[in-house]
Amino acid sequence: MVETVYSAELPVNEHLLVQKNRICGHGNGPRMAVVTGIHGDELEGQYVAFELARRLNDDLDLLHGTVDIYPAINPLGINTIQRGVPTFDIDLNRTFPGDPAGNLTQVATAAVVDDILGADVCVDIHASNIFLREMPQVRINEITADSLLPLAPLLGVDLVWVHASATVLQNTLAYSLNERGTRCLVVETGVGMRITESYGKRLVDGLLRLLGSLGGWDGSVPDALRPTVARDQRVEFLNASEPGIFLPRVRHGSTLKRGQLVGVVCDPLTGTVREDVISEQGGLLFTLREYPVVYPGSLMARVLGGAR
Amino acid sequence: MRRTTLFTLKTPYREPMEIVGFEFGDPDGEEACAIVGSMRGNEVQQTYTCARLVQQLRLDEAKVMPGKRILVVPSVNPFSMNVSSRFWALDHTDINRTFPGYDKGETTQRIAEGLFSAVSSFSLGIQLCSLYMPGEFVPHVRLTRAGEITKESLALADGFGLPYVVINEPTPFDTTMLNYNWQVWSTNAFSLYGHTTEHVDEAGAVLMVAAIERFLATRGVLRLPVSDAVPPRTIEEAGLVAVRTEKAGGFLMRHAEAGDHVEAGQVLAEVVDALDAHVKETLRAPVSGQVFFCRTEPLVEQHIICFRIAADE
Repeated sequence: MVETVYSAELPVNEHLLVQKNRICGHGNGPRMAVVTGIHGDELEGQYVAFELARRLNDDLDLLHGTVDIYPAINPLGINTIQRGVPTFDIDLNRTFPGDPAGNLTQVATAAVVDDILGADVCVDIHASNIFLREMPQVRINEITADSLLPLAPLLGVDLVWVHASATVLQNTLAYSLNERGTRCLVVETGVGMRITESYGKRLVDGLLRLLGSLGGWDGSVPDALRPTVARDQRVEFLNASEPGIFLPRVRHGSTLKRGQLVGVVCDPLTGTVREDVISEQGGLLFTLREYPVVYPGSLMARVLGGAR
Repeated sequence: MRRTTLFTLKTPYREPMEIVGFEFGDPDGEEACAIVGSMRGNEVQQTYTCARLVQQLRLDEAKVMPGKRILVVPSVNPFSMNVSSRFWALDHTDINRTFPGYDKGETTQRIAEGLFSAVSSFSLGIQLCSLYMPGEFVPHVRLTRAGEITKESLALADGFGLPYVVINEPTPFDTTMLNYNWQVWSTNAFSLYGHTTEHVDEAGAVLMVAAIERFLATRGVLRLPVSDAVPPRTIEEAGLVAVRTEKAGGFLMRHAEAGDHVEAGQVLAEVVDALDAHVKETLRAPVSGQVFFCRTEPLVEQHIICFRIAADE
C-alpha cells in the first residue's frame, strides 16, 4: 500500500510527496526499511525498489512481517536530474535528523527519520555520483561496526568498508538512525544517472537474505558472496594532479599490481598525455572514475591494498 | 598595497583560477586581520563590498599601524561567479563546507586549503557571508560557537558598531566552515551578514566597509577615530522567533521588510494562490520586535520560514 510520509504544498498547484510502499506479509515478523533516492542523481536504487517490490508481491505468502520501500526521499531531485533538492540547493543527506519546526527540507527529513525509527533494520542505497563507478559495497562508520558488521555480508556485496568517523557524517540518515537505535546499513553501488541491473539483482537477493536472517522471509535466495571486509587495509586514493580528460586503462573491479597504470589524463588541445595515473600500492580497484573531465583533485580511483 | 596570488588552480579549457589577495601595511608585520569575501558564485554583494574595502584601504594605507598587516581576499571562487553557479560548478560542492581543506584531496578541499594556509595564522578573521535561505537581513555580526575563543570574540564584536551580534550553535556539518576552523586555529573569527547577497547594494557596502574599518580601529590595526555607536544587542540565533508558512504555498505577498519594527498580531505577509489569487494563509507576527530576516523570493512553499523576529526585550 502506498502511503505518504511527508507532503508539502509547492507554490503552483502541486505537492511535494515523499511516499513509501508498505508491503505486509503475515504474522508479526520484522520490519525492514529500504531507502533510496536521497540524492536525485543516484538511480541504481530505483531498480532495487522496483524489483524488490515485484518479488515480494509475487510471493507474498513467504513474507513474515513488513517491508517499507522509500524509493524517492528527494522526489523533486529525481524528477529533475538534480543531486540536491531543487530550489533549496541542499544536499539532503546533510540535513538529518531534520527539524519539524524548520524549513521544508528539515521537516521532510525529520518525518522520514520518524517513520523509519523502530524498524528492525534499514538499508540506505546510494549510487556514488555521476563521477565514480563503485563495486557493490556496504560502508560502515567505525563507531557502529560492532552492530552492523554481522549483517553487512548478507547483502551480497563485494566489499564491506569500515571507515573512520567524520563529524560531517553525523547529519546523514544512517548516522541519525543508528544513533537512535535503529540499525542502518549504507550501500554504495554502481554509478550516478545509470542503472546496473546485475548489481541491482544481487542487492535484491541480499535484501531478501537479510530479511530472511531476521525471520521475515521464507523464500530461497542464492548463497552470498564472501565480501572483502576492509577494516585495517589501506585505501589508496588516486586524485588527479593535472586537468584534462581521464581515460582508464584497466577494468573496474580488477586487481592491480604495484605500480600498475590505472589511466591517463590527456590534453585534447595538444594531443599530449599530462599525467600517468599509477597505483603505487596495488590491490582491488573498487572505485573507478566514470566521468572523463578532471580538475586537479578530482578522484579517479580507489584501490584497496593489504593490511597496514 | 601589494597584490598577491594566494592559490592557483588549473582546469580544462579555462585560464587558471587565482585567489587574489591584497595586502596592506608592514609586509613583515604581525598578521593582524584577514578579510575574506565571496566563497559562493552568487555572493555578488560580498565581492563588491570587499572590492570597495580594497579601494578604501588604499586611501587609508598610511593609517595602518606600524608592525601590522591586513589581508583582503575579495573572491575565493571567481570560477563559479563567472558561470553563474552558486557552488563549485563541476560537482556542486560548497567550498565553505570543506575547511580546513586538504592539499591532496578533492578540488574544493584544495581550494579551501589554499585559502586557509594563507589566512589561518591571522589573529582576527572576518568573512562576508550569505545564508542558504534567500532573503534580506538586518546587518549583523555572527559568531559560530566553538568553545572559549567564541566568548573572547564576543567581547570584541561590538567594535563593528553593527546593531546585532548573533551567536549560532553549529551543526556537525557546520564544523567544516571557515569561521569554525579559524577558531580551531585560534583566530577570533567574525561572519558579517549584510542586507543582500545577489545584487549590489551600494549603501550596504558602504556600511560594511565602515564597520570593518571601525573594528580595525578598535583593535589597534588602523589609526582612525572610532565613531560612536549604540552597543549591539547580542542574541542567540535559536532565540529569533520564526514565522513559517504552516498551511500553504503560493505567492508570498510581504507587508514587512527586514529592519521594520512590528507589533504582535501584525500581518507580515499573505500567501496567495498562484492560480486564482485568493488568500490561503496570513502570516502574523507572534511577538513585537524587529524583523531580523525576511524572505524575498516571490514564490514560497509550505513549511518555509519567511521571517525571523528579534523580539523586544
